[in-house]
Amino acid sequence: MAIEVRIPTILRTYTDGERAVESSGSSVAELIDTLESAHPGIKDRLVEDGSDGPAVRRFVNIYVNDEDIRFTGALETPVTEGSTVVILPAVAGG
Amino acid sequence: MLTIEREIHDAIVAHARRDHPDEACGVVAGAFGSDRPSRFVPMVNAAMSPTFYEFDSGDLLRLYREMDDRDEEPVVIYHSHTATEAYPSRTDTNLASEPNAHYVLVSTRDGAHESGPVDFRSYRIVDGEVTEEEVTIVERYPDAPIDSTAPSTDPKRESA
Repeated sequence: MAIEVRIPTILRTYTDGERAVESSGSSVAELIDTLESAHPGIKDRLVEDGSDGPAVRRFVNIYVNDEDIRFTGALETPVTEGSTVVILPAVAGG
Repeated sequence: MLTIEREIHDAIVAHARRDHPDEACGVVAGAFGSDRPSRFVPMVNAAMSPTFYEFDSGDLLRLYREMDDRDEEPVVIYHSHTATEAYPSRTDTNLASEPNAHYVLVSTRDGAHESGPVDFRSYRIVDGEVTEEEVTIVERYPDAPIDSTAPSTDPKRESA
């Protein structure tokens, strides 16, 4: 089951410059694990160990079907064939 | 070097003054690879803070989708400092994620939000390293060297 994941400029060093790659899984967490096996190092840029286990990094946004997964179940957000997954680093600063 | 039209420069300054004492933020999009900031897009500072700025995550997705559809990229990413100089903070440097963008900082400190010149400076921020660059303000950009209507740049027309 292939799901397209849009990769932001800053992470394309992990994907040989590709703007989108295919991954698979039934949740965002599984999708990221599959991504990691094909593009080692990328997971650490997306996920950190929080007090309640793995969590999306504070300044990374992941969207499934245009919804920020912070509002839809975080890493447990389900994905299915045809889901659109977009990763965008926050535009933020002090 | 950043080359920017006066009208866009003035719009960034006006946005910074309007939102003072909170930080103002936004982008100037331009055709992919052109290095020419042409479409001014002020954004809402979701943090609504005098010391921090962040694009709302929904706004961010819409912005990037729109730029994708138009074959654009964020040529300039700007924000204001309202009590400190127009130089990237440690947080700015750590969170900078567009190595191809010009990071513009303006400062509205010391009453600059009401009158007088507003400091307007530009930087490249790559892998945590900040490099200031010259800013050149022009009245109008010269005619685009790459014109999408020119036959020589249209492969379909060349092969026809």
